Amino acid sequence: MCSYIVEKARLFGTAKGPGGEWMKVDTANVYYDHPYEAQLDHALCVDFICEAQGGRERVAIEISRESALELIEKIQAALASGDDAHGKAAEAKYSLAGSQAEVASLF
Amino acid sequence: MSYPGLTAETVTFQGHNGDKGEAYYARPTGNAKVGGVVVIMHMPGWDEWIIETTRKIAHHGYATISPHLYFREGTGSPDDLGARVRAAGGVPDDTVMGDVEACMKYLRAQPNSNGKVGVIGFCSGGRHTYLAGCRLSGIDALVDCWGGNVVVDDPKALNAKRPVAPIDLTEKMTAPLLGLFGNDDENPTADQVNRTEAVLKKLGKNYEFHRYDGAGHAFFNHSRAPAYRADQAADGWKKVFSFFKKHLG
Repeated sequence: MCSYIVEKARLFGTAKGPGGEWMKVDTANVYYDHPYEAQLDHALCVDFICEAQGGRERVAIEISRESALELIEKIQAALASGDDAHGKAAEAKYSLAGSQAEVASLF
Repeated sequence: MSYPGLTAETVTFQGHNGDKGEAYYARPTGNAKVGGVVVIMHMPGWDEWIIETTRKIAHHGYATISPHLYFREGTGSPDDLGARVRAAGGVPDDTVMGDVEACMKYLRAQPNSNGKVGVIGFCSGGRHTYLAGCRLSGIDALVDCWGGNVVVDDPKALNAKRPVAPIDLTEKMTAPLLGLFGNDDENPTADQVNRTEAVLKKLGKNYEFHRYDGAGHAFFNHSRAPAYRADQAADGWKKVFSFFKKHLG
């Protein structure tokens, strides 16, 4: 396709970046197009970056459409089982504000 | 044919707005006057395949330069720079045209130049090639390899960086155009290629289009197994060099 269509997801968290160092991430650029490296005609590509820090470093994945759909399913399953295990009470402790503080303290 | 020795190096060129950037420049050794070719890179970036392609064209006897269109993003691997440019919505057409024009000037300023300059581009570079043919003067041959978005069906695809569909500027094209396309491509589709040809024909332009069955996008690219089609690529390259021989010497 070679389009410039990019979906942006706002994130809060960390990713293990270039050089094996952890980095903050605040954005996922998501697109379905010809990949750079994966030997696929089209791939679901995600670039995890931190726009607040200039967005110059990234953690990138290029996976097949089928892989992406399975990943979506497994993320939802993991979240569901996590909710069951940790209970709704965890929402207060691990609210976005709380998580932000915890992650920020790592750097 | 015999393949001449060649010299290849990274050079500095002064592009759009006077910005200094990198370009890969490969040319036959010796004192013979030769035609020049500007290679416009594909959307993924100024990667190894583009560099190899630049040398390939030089091996066939042309002084060939490929500007790094993402140099303004700073240093980094081609894929990282490409990802940044994609996220930013691409490089403005005006910038690309300025960089291509600067590289044409660079080629003509070299002592080995015979004065002729062609432009070839791949993927987004194919579109840039078509656009250059309509906006820049002094081009002797154009080769559009599967340039998408020459025809723009969705008006939302036009924006400040790419304000005009190249097809709408076709009247201004003066150089002969060679177009190579895979019939399975999604951008441009076979229908879009047909519509482009119809406009060229209607306006009496000097063009030749070749369409390949069993091929999609980027079928020259041997580094990408899902896209590469050996037979179609071999035939396509023959057509490219035949076209350059005719128009660039």
